[in-house]
Amino acid sequence: MTLRDVDVHNRENLGKPDFIAQDEDPGSITETISGVIFGKTYLWWITAMGLSFGLLSIGMVGFVWLLAKGVGVWGIQVPNAWGFAIVNFVWWIGIGHAGTLISAILLLMRQEWRTSINRFAEAMTLFAVACAGLFPVFHTGRPWLAYWMLPLPNTMRVWPQFRSPLIWDVFAVSTYATISLVFWYVGLVPDLAALRDRAKTLLSRRIYGIAALGWRGAADHWHNYEKAYLLLAGLSTPLVLSVHSVISFDFAVSQLPGWHATIFPPYFVAGAVYAGFAMVLTLMIPLRAIFNLHAYITERHLENMGKVMLVTGLIVGWGYATELFMAWYSGNIFERFMMYNRIFGPYWMAYWGLILCNILVPQIMWSKRCRTNAFWLFFASQFVNVGMWLERYVIVITSLTRDFLVGSWGTYHGTIWDWAVYLGTFGLFLSLIFLFIRILPALSMTELKMISPEGKKTGH
Amino acid sequence: MTDNKPETAQIFGKGSNQVVWLTIILGLAGVAGAGALLFIIDRGPLHTNQGVYVNQDVPFSHDHHTEGLGLDCRYCHTSVEDSAFAGIPPTATCMNCHKTVWANTEMLEPVRDSWQTGQPLEWNRVNDLPDFVYFNHSIHVSSGVGCESCHGPVNEMPLVYQEHSLQMRWCLECHRSPEDFVRPKDEVFNLDWEPSDEGMSQKELGKKLVAEYGLEPKQNCSTCHR
Repeated sequence: MTLRDVDVHNRENLGKPDFIAQDEDPGSITETISGVIFGKTYLWWITAMGLSFGLLSIGMVGFVWLLAKGVGVWGIQVPNAWGFAIVNFVWWIGIGHAGTLISAILLLMRQEWRTSINRFAEAMTLFAVACAGLFPVFHTGRPWLAYWMLPLPNTMRVWPQFRSPLIWDVFAVSTYATISLVFWYVGLVPDLAALRDRAKTLLSRRIYGIAALGWRGAADHWHNYEKAYLLLAGLSTPLVLSVHSVISFDFAVSQLPGWHATIFPPYFVAGAVYAGFAMVLTLMIPLRAIFNLHAYITERHLENMGKVMLVTGLIVGWGYATELFMAWYSGNIFERFMMYNRIFGPYWMAYWGLILCNILVPQIMWSKRCRTNAFWLFFASQFVNVGMWLERYVIVITSLTRDFLVGSWGTYHGTIWDWAVYLGTFGLFLSLIFLFIRILPALSMTELKMISPEGKKTGH
Repeated sequence: MTDNKPETAQIFGKGSNQVVWLTIILGLAGVAGAGALLFIIDRGPLHTNQGVYVNQDVPFSHDHHTEGLGLDCRYCHTSVEDSAFAGIPPTATCMNCHKTVWANTEMLEPVRDSWQTGQPLEWNRVNDLPDFVYFNHSIHVSSGVGCESCHGPVNEMPLVYQEHSLQMRWCLECHRSPEDFVRPKDEVFNLDWEPSDEGMSQKELGKKLVAEYGLEPKQNCSTCHR
């Protein structure tokens, strides 16, 4: 199968509105999308970038304070040694999953609608993984020794504990980051060449030229490109399922009530895709409005994303129901208490908040009017963003603060430094997003041309 | 081609491809070289001080005092059998002999000064474990680990140097297979002892002694990193 076959398949799939406005031709596509890059710098961009960088600065202050004083400035304390660091790590990693699902699985499943959003979603994946990676590294307390997590030759004659899911995490996340980066970059190469040819100054032509790796659009270039792209899609596909499964093992492999559950891997993967699509919508809806990209990101795109959110949200709801059922069915007093404590214990607000955000509000996606309406999609996405964070908060905090022995119970609250660092990763994420849309094509020109009316007639 | 574009279509010079290859090759070589350099430095005396003589204000010779005069280790390092720290002798221990022997030599001037003022001599530490490591001499001595197994032939050292790297892999070498190093308890302070003195190979003798002494060296992190 090649990208062309995807097109052929879709050409046969007539009778539905297209995923691109029918008056778009290759010239207008390049014009619009590279216009975002070579056009003038808007005031709103400078403002938005400034605000994002401001948030990032708050995070940097937080990290410096953490380094100066130690991890004690965070709210973590026995029995809860994980706290925000792990909550945020799981949340950010989950968000990345939409990018991989859109780029890889939807490509292999010949879903043409992925074309307009895959580039952006892949970039979002990379930036989310970058934010996620910061948390475990700083959670070690000595980030300069974070390389100890890797199985490197050393003079201590010890290896990382290969039986621990925490080391599986290191492999899962680093593999994920690497494959996502390569996949994203390979997809960018023809677009970088287009930018090279349109850049105005010699310096920017050279920079885009080096990044384009000598792309000339020759037939053998396209041949290799399509092979590589499909192979990487194949490599990425299992990662969509494996990465968050491995992360769920951090919990499921332990024996704590509320963590030790076989439902965790599928339930975490669904939650990750759910959160990821919410984040794609959160970013895509304003971007579409600002740059007037309605021709490329159509209502059908929005509707499809709404459908994915609805389905994954229902799987997540099934996960919550299973947890409730198993707590009762197990007949185990610790499991039963764990569930009771989640619902009525000191963190009841987080639990009911997550039910509201993840289960109740997204049900508006059943309505086609809401699914095709940017406002309601954005509205629901915000609830899902918050809800998925609360889900991880509930899992991490309630189980750790109320384990088997009453003597080892405790309470946990994030401190101002927890929040500073969390906000800081928002700043990092948004700064990277704004830089990305300013210097790289946020939509894949190459692939849009393939699905444009003219592209369908002639190939590329 | 529109007006606002550079005149030439060529944006790279003729050597560009070679520069790219060179960058890739040198970059990879640089990463590999840096890794190899760290690997080597980490294992050598530059980092560990292994085998480096340490100068002392008073040139005390372990060679002369033990091999030459026959003093026992414990004459000076009195607490080695009962405590974590082997003990550095007070000046009084030196003066037991040096009140009369070599009593006026210039070499011993700092010792006499110390004796008169009560200010202890300052020795430069040779075998220095990091502060995050808990080490106890008495348990090793009473388990049949000879002085020489860790400190080397101190009886032949005019100035003492660190015999081993003191890296964790070196500790674990013995904690994982004590039979390769253990000796009879009454030979612990005999720095010239050889397994052949018992008419056996170290492996045979070691296995026998490990069983006899009930040795189970711990490998938990918290054994040493408390």
